[in-house]
Formats: sequence, C-alpha cells, structure tokens
Amino acid sequence: MLVPISWLEEYTKVPENIEEFAEKMIMSGSNIEGWEVFGENIKGVKVGKVVEITPHPNADKLVVCKVDVGENKPVNVITGAPNVFTGAFIPCALPGARIPGPLHGKPKKEEGEVVEAGEVRGVLSEGILCSAHELGFPDKVIPLVHREGLFVLNGAFESLTPGEDLVKALKLKDKVVEFEITPNRPDCLSIRGMALEAKATFKGQLLKQPVELSDTFLDSKDFIEVEIKRPELSKRYVARVVTDVAVKESPWWLQLRLMLSGMRPINNIVDITNYVMLELGEPIHAFDIRQIKSKKIVVDVAKKHESFTTLDGTVRTMPHNTLMIKDGDKSVAVAGIMGGLDSEIVKDTKDILIEAANFNQDSIRLSSKALGLRTEASSRFEKGVSVTLCQEAVERVCYFIEQLKAGKVTKTSVDCYPEKSDLPETKVRVDRVNHIMGVTLSKDEMVDILKRLDIEVREEGDVLYLTPPHTRLDLLTEIDYVEEVSRIYGYDKLPLTVPRGSNSATKSEERKLMDKSKEILSGLGLYEIQTYSFVSPKAGKMAKGKEVPVVTLINPLGDENSSMRTALLPNVLEILQKNMDKNNDEARVYEIGNIFIDEKNDEGLPLEKVSLSVGMYNEEETFFTLKGVVETLLKTLGVKDVTFEKESKNPGYHPGRCANVYIGKERIGTIGEIHPEVLANYHIDKRVMAGEIDFDYVMSKADTMRYFTEIAKYPSVVRDIALVVKDEVEAASILSIIYKEGTELLESAELFEVYRGNQIEEGMKSCAFTLTYRSKDRTLREEEVALVHDKVLKALKERVGASLRDS
Amino acid sequence: MREELKSILEKAGEQLKNAVNLSDVEDVRVKMLGKKSPLTDILRSMGKLPHEERKALGLEANQVRDSIEELIQKKLAVLRGQVRELKFKQESVDVTEPGITRDLGAKHLITQTIDCISQIFMAMGFSIAEGPEVETVFNNFDALNAPKNHPSRDLTDTFYITENTLLRTQTSPVQVRTIMAQEPPIKVISPGRCFRSDSPDATHSPMFHQIEGLLVDEGVTMTDLKGTLDVMAKELFGKETRTKFRPHHFPFTEPSAEMDVSCFKCKGKGCNICKGTGWIEILGCGMVHPNVLSVGGIDTEKYTGFAFGMGVERIAMLRYGVDDIRLFYDNDLRFLKQFK
Repeated sequence: MLVPISWLEEYTKVPENIEEFAEKMIMSGSNIEGWEVFGENIKGVKVGKVVEITPHPNADKLVVCKVDVGENKPVNVITGAPNVFTGAFIPCALPGARIPGPLHGKPKKEEGEVVEAGEVRGVLSEGILCSAHELGFPDKVIPLVHREGLFVLNGAFESLTPGEDLVKALKLKDKVVEFEITPNRPDCLSIRGMALEAKATFKGQLLKQPVELSDTFLDSKDFIEVEIKRPELSKRYVARVVTDVAVKESPWWLQLRLMLSGMRPINNIVDITNYVMLELGEPIHAFDIRQIKSKKIVVDVAKKHESFTTLDGTVRTMPHNTLMIKDGDKSVAVAGIMGGLDSEIVKDTKDILIEAANFNQDSIRLSSKALGLRTEASSRFEKGVSVTLCQEAVERVCYFIEQLKAGKVTKTSVDCYPEKSDLPETKVRVDRVNHIMGVTLSKDEMVDILKRLDIEVREEGDVLYLTPPHTRLDLLTEIDYVEEVSRIYGYDKLPLTVPRGSNSATKSEERKLMDKSKEILSGLGLYEIQTYSFVSPKAGKMAKGKEVPVVTLINPLGDENSSMRTALLPNVLEILQKNMDKNNDEARVYEIGNIFIDEKNDEGLPLEKVSLSVGMYNEEETFFTLKGVVETLLKTLGVKDVTFEKESKNPGYHPGRCANVYIGKERIGTIGEIHPEVLANYHIDKRVMAGEIDFDYVMSKADTMRYFTEIAKYPSVVRDIALVVKDEVEAASILSIIYKEGTELLESAELFEVYRGNQIEEGMKSCAFTLTYRSKDRTLREEEVALVHDKVLKALKERVGASLRDS
Repeated sequence: MREELKSILEKAGEQLKNAVNLSDVEDVRVKMLGKKSPLTDILRSMGKLPHEERKALGLEANQVRDSIEELIQKKLAVLRGQVRELKFKQESVDVTEPGITRDLGAKHLITQTIDCISQIFMAMGFSIAEGPEVETVFNNFDALNAPKNHPSRDLTDTFYITENTLLRTQTSPVQVRTIMAQEPPIKVISPGRCFRSDSPDATHSPMFHQIEGLLVDEGVTMTDLKGTLDVMAKELFGKETRTKFRPHHFPFTEPSAEMDVSCFKCKGKGCNICKGTGWIEILGCGMVHPNVLSVGGIDTEKYTGFAFGMGVERIAMLRYGVDDIRLFYDNDLRFLKQFK
C-alpha cells in the first residue's frame, strides 16, 4: 500500500522526519517496506511552452521546437516524440538540470541524470523535453495519452507559466511510504485506515473530510431501483445517479495523488472513484446509465455458462455462482471484480450510476480465482470491506464530482441494505490483558490506548466492554484487544524475563542415533548431503530399484519434482554425477532422510521411513572401502549379528561386487559397485560404490550402551596361518569353521591378507589369518594350543579343502 | 714400576685422545686394561714384592686402572654424543611439510545449523519433537487457526498429495501433534523439512527447513517470549546482539511479532547484510492463539503459551555468508568441505 504523506496529512499530523515516522509506525504495527521522496531527483526542470515547431533539417522523424522557458529568448530543443504540438506545456530540462531518468533507451542510474546540451544530427538541442517516465513515474501509472510521448500538461492544468520551476508548479515533491498490510487488516488498505493508525501512534486527531453538497436535485430513486437477490452474497448496495457528466482529464492534483499511489489516471469520473477507493477502502464502480435500460439493478449470480465481455475487452465464461450486477436480467458487471465493456464510461457518457456495494469475501475470491482476474476492487473485497463504507464512499464521490464540476449530483442514494449488522461488543478483562503481556498496566492506561484507536469503551469495574471502529473487522475476541493494547503500548517497552519452571530437555532415541551416526560417518570421511524429498517419477527406474507404491503430488513444480522419493540412492547417484561434472575428482557422501511409500497408516498418511544411502567414487574406493563404512557404522551403533551375503541378481549392481546386508535374518539393504547400465542412465563414466539400508531397522537394533569386560590377565598364544583354498571359498565360511573348531580357547580370528598370483595355483587364493588363543584363568601351554589348532587345520582341510601354504 | 704406571696412564690418555670412534676406545681398553696389557703385567708381577711395597703399589696400580676406566667412560660419552648428534642430523625433518591426516567428512551445513540452534534451546529446557513431512490439512492449517480462504492454502502455494494431505508448509503441525498428545507444561522445539511451491532461485527453494518452538504453561507471558528469544539471539549471534520485536500478524499467534537482531556484521551501523538498517529479520513469534490451544483441549484460562519459528536456511545464509539458497541442495563437495 503506497501512501503519499501529503494525503495522510489531510487526516492527521505526522512527524516531519520520515525516519522517525517510519520507525514509530513500524513499532506500533504498520510494517514499512520502504519509502521514497518523490521529486527529490528533479532539479532545475522548468515548465516549457512549445511556441514553434520546425522540421529537423537532417532527420525525418525529429523536429526542432522553440520552447519558451521564461527567458528572453526561447531555447531550441529537439524531440522525436509524436505528441508534441504548438502551445503544449511540457517539462523542459535545460543543461545542468537533474532528472531521475532513465533517459530514453538508456539504463536507469541510482543518482539520476544530469542533462547536457548536445547536437542531434547536426542541430544543437539546448535541453530536453521530458516524458513522465524520465521524471520518475513508473510506466504503469502514466496516463495512456502521454505514455508513448512527452509529458503534456495542458489537460491537467487550466494555466501554467513558462519558466516556472516544475517541482513547485506541479507540487511534485512528496514522501511516499510503502506499507506492508497483513491479511487481518484490510482496513489499512486505505489512506483513512493508515491515518487512524498514525493518529493512534502519534496521539493525534483524526480530521473529518468534507462530503457536503450544495447543488443537488431529484432523488436517485427517481431514476433507478435496486434489488439484491442473493443477500448472503451481497449485504448492501448503494446507488447514486449523477447526470450531465463531462468526462475529461482530471485536474493535476488528483492525477498526481493517483500516480503516487500506484494507479493510472483515466478520466475524471474513473479517477474520482479510484481516489475514494484509495482514501476509504471501498471499491466503487460507475456505470453509463444508458446501459441500465430496465432502470433496475439486480444483484444475482450468473446464468449457467453465461458469456460476458469485461471492460478489458475479453469475452469470458462466467464460472458457476459468480455474482453479477444485472440490468434486469442482462449482466452489466462482474460484481466486485470488473465492469462490462458495454457500460463503461466513455467520452459521450451523459448520466452515470455510482455503485458502492458490499460483496461476500469468499464469493469474490472464488470467482476472481476461477476467472483468473484480479483487480484493485476484487483484492479488497476478498480481504473484507466494512459494510458501513458504502454510503460514505458514495457521498465522497459525489462531493468530488461537484467540486470538479464533473456532473450534477442527485440528492439521495438508493440504499439497499436488507439486514443491518451491528458492531460486535467484546468483553475484555484488564487483568487478563496484563496476564498475557506480563506487565501491570492500569485500567486507565489501557482505556487511553484503546481510545487512541477509536475503540469505544464501556467500563464496568475491571471489565471493559469494547466496540471497534466500524472499519475494523478484525476485533472480535478478547485476545484481539490484547494485541491492540500491546502494540500501541509498545513491544519494546516490555521487559525481558525468563519463563519460570524447570524441566529437563529430551530428544528421542532415534534422533540421538541419527546424530551419532552422522558423527561416525563424518569421522569416516563422508560428507552429509541433503536432497529434495520429491523426485522425478523415473528416479526409481533409472537406478533399477525395486518398485514400491509411489506418493505423488497433485500440483508439483514440474514433472522432475512430482513423486515423493521411495529411495535415497537415486538422489545420491545424481549428486555424485553433478560432482563429477564439476570436476571434483573424489566424493564420499551419504544422506539420512525420509522415504515415502504409498501405504496408509492409521492417520491416513503415507508411510515415512528413515533410510541411509552412501555413495562414493575415487580410484581408491572399492567394494571393501564401502563395506568398511557400513561395518564400522553398524558396529559403533552396537548393532549385532551383521552379515553380508553375495548378491548377483540385483539389476542395480555389478553382479560380482554386490552384497545384501543382514541383521540376523532381516535383510536391511544392499551395497556394492553400481551396475554400468545404471551409471549410463546417469551419464556417469567412473566406477561408483554405493548402497542403501533401512535405517529405521538399524536404529531399532542399535545398542549404544557399553559394558565393561575384564582386561585379559593371562598371555595369549598367537598363530598366523596362510591357507590356500579355491577362489570361490568365501572368507566367511573359513572363519565360521575356525570359530566352531577353535573351542572356548580361541579368542579371535582375523583375516589379514588375501593373495592371488605368483606361487599360487590359478583359481586358488591364499588367505592369511591370525588366530589368538587365550584362557581367562591360566597361562596356556603350547601343547594345549597345538591340540586345538591342529583340529582347526584338519577341519579346514576336510570342509573347504584348505591346505597350509608352504612358507 | 711407579714410573711405568705413570707412563701407562699417560699413554692411555694419549691413545684415548686420538680415538675417533667407539671401536678405537674399545681397542684402548683392551690394550691398556686387558689381560695382556702392561698394567695387568705389573699387577701380576707384584706378587714378588715385599708386603708393604706390594700394598702401596697395588693401591697405585688400582688407582691408575680406575683413572683409565674413567677416561674411557668420558671418551665414550663424548663419542656416543657425537654419534647421536649425527643420527639426529640425518633424521631431521622439514616441519613445514604438510602433516599426514585422515580426511574427516562433515555434517551438512543445514544439519549443523539445526544442531546449533537445538542445543541452545535444549539448554533452556526445550525438548526436540518431530513429525512427518506429509501432513494432514487439519494439522497444517485448520488446527493452526488458518482462515479457510487463506492464500497459503492455495494450490499455488502448497503441495498437495490429496485433498486432505499435503507436504507440510511449516513445522507447526508438530506443535499441533504435541498439544494433542501432551498436557502442559509443554516445552518443545521442532526442526524439520518444509515445502512451499516456490520455484528455486537465489532466495527461494521449494524445500527448506524450519525450527519452531512452543512453550505452554501457567503464567507464560510476552515478556517470557522476549526473554527466551533474546537469549537465543545472544547465543547464536554473539553476546552483544540486541533484539527488536515488531508487531506482525500470524493466524496461529496473537499478539504476534517479528524479531530482528542487531546486525552481527556491522554491529548496527548499517552494511550490505542488513541492507543499511542495522537490523536483520530473523523469525516470527507470538502468544499462541487460544483457538490453537483449544484444539488440544487445553484450558486457555489456566494456560498461556508462546510459539516461534525460523527458517534454518535463512539463518545459515546470514551466519555463514552464503548468498544463494540453491547451494545447500547442489551438494557440491567444494561447498560441503568448507564447513567442517
């Protein structure tokens, strides 16, 4: 909401210093996006009058104007603008003058432009004639008549003196503040609403604006009748007839106010209705009464599939239940959204009907949305407009019409207001207000604050009965008034306290385990990544994952973000690929996050499971570096009974370098080298080790509690053995034999080297193990160990054909 | 013989002086003190001397032996020192060469920021509560007093799964779940992922993270809200940080506020981070609306509460000077590696 301060000051006095004004308004609840001092960058520009136009000798499209700038001799200015004419008053910037710019066809500069004299095609131009844009008006507010050319002032002024300072003559200098209006305060989408806030903030007075009419005739009801057929969609309709209107350009002050407020001047009648809308917040519409042939306005919903041409010239099909303004049964406007092309105010319009009505918020919102048509009027109605404003707004419009001699105003309005609504009175307890704020304000202090906001107060002991000003639709319950008292009292005056009571903070076991896992993975040199929860529907297929029911979005940003992820691995692969693209020569990453499966839980929500995916590439990464990460993580989390089994049929992985991971009998995931076909889907040309495991299950089996085991008192006996076995014999099967035969004397057995090649027969491998024997209660004798150890070797020979490698 | 002893000592001294390494010294020991040495010869021949003389000469001979032994030890010490010196010299390293390290990984900056803020609130007694990312319309909007026509409910703002389920647009549904499941006192924060229908650019992301907090107890006031968040701001941005509460509007709190912190970069003088204002907007907060408490059947006359919510990405961007929100989700290692 753009507020020119000069306009606000017609209602209430505010501090001269804009920064002080802004700071205090912000702290009382009117947030400010920014401000500008319009006209500040216009210096030394004069009112020029074009006295003679001659063709440019060297250019067909240019002319040389002799411009009277109040000096002895007119200056020569060259222009190519099509709307220049002899007698035109146009802002003229002489050399040394400053204008905001940008100059035609140049980029905008923060500090504006300093005008210089210069030759244009061999003829000296002693300045420039300005467009409205060059003077700092945004394109969207510049009247269409001079949007494509120079800023011709003749229509807006009865007289001007050449040579006058432009800023002074046009009263251009004004502070314009942009307020951020929250949805609960539609009343602030008006100058008067903001003035009430300013008045409460600066403890001022709110001045009344004139509405008195001096020369009226007849009654509107002599011309028109109004019927509201759908009172639940329209509470009130006020109509006023104005005859003998003279449609023309508005006076400058009115045009300037509109432009500074962000609206484009159109003609005097439309401008007045817009002006009053900005001033009071009530959207107003004006019809050419010629089009109300039946002399009866009917407020009713559109017919099924009704086709209607709005004043922007678009033929639209009216959505179901769209509220329409009708002439009998023929539509003339989409209520509260946009008028019809046929009833638009045009040059030869003679008699008009001024409409100020109240339409249902939801109805306007839904229709506006369905039509894809949002206007100043609709955006106000959908936020809520006070029903009391209709009559006031019409009177103010009539006042301006009379003041501007734009028409003859009838004496009274037709006011169709079937069910009058009263303002709500709310009970507010003084101690409750203090209780929530945490202060001890006296009743009188509160009453003073409330009255500053024009809230009516009825006191009964320590209870206040409050009635809001009629424009405030948001004050309905006690808590609403607590907010009013606190913001006007000042949040900054509230002390800082610490909540009483003590309690210990907790976090869930899962959260703790996730935190710990991230620490462990960091320690293992992995980087955590965070990727979108929504992915392409192709993600699962690209990674050749198993198919599960997918949760999909109704309204995704795009196809590539339309499905909730059912696995993390595709995202990890994508991130690895992106890193390769950036020439990062190695990456070790993981993500712990939710995956979504379309199986409804008791709340009707999809299943969300925590998953872990790890992915890495680098010349040194192998199946075993990946396995090491998974093993270390699970071991540190205290997960027991973890095994890896060869998997050669999973299409996502290298058939010789893939394992399923088990906790006990439960398969919790798969890890391995990614299959070249999957890599090709991601345009990856390096080997990638990756995998994904069900982290919910891991967490359910985690045990981070540790118990002390006595440190061994007696020495161990260590035997290193190198076994030669067939290549396909798995280390796990050798170890299980060793453990089985090693009896309780075997403390541990570890595989420390696997060797193939020289001295080892083709198809065989040598596996070196360290076996550690120890007893808890005595020093072992060599013979005891030998007995067991020989049994181990024998069993290995028998069951997997292992022979000792000759040293 | 005395003369002879004297010359043996002198000779030994002479020879040790010329010794250059440990084996030279060993040679001297053998030559001067060994079985075939002149000193041994003298000691052996002393048997023939008269008792008195034998005693005196024996004493002298032993003294010479001790002296030689002492000289040998001294020489050995010197030579060993030299050997060690040499070894040290050979073994010396260039300490400015890089250390041998094991590269550590790191948590994502988002995780680090959540951890940091969570710790601050846990120290103040707030527990961590979490909830699902796919939520009901009821938990995400209705229960939070969002008007039926609130624009945030639109398909253009919120991702929907069905008419009644959506991707949560805030972590406030966790507060609703907590209110419905728990009696006051309630003191929780809820960090997590949120989703809004924004196309990604430097400052927008369709997925982002929030941390919200909720305190419901007897006698909780606006001054408590200010005090609690002021502590957080000082912990997060430094002790000298000041806070400013501006009135604002949110459907689920009333009165509502936005909190600014004094700019931690320029200390309030005005810079590019605070856009010259000296203040940075950090979070939204307010007193929990009675309609929200009522959803959980909480007696609003007895209990009051405050709530607050902040964007994790925004805080991380401010705190670490990250200028594009997309960097968080690009997961470029060159970005991730900067924050360990």
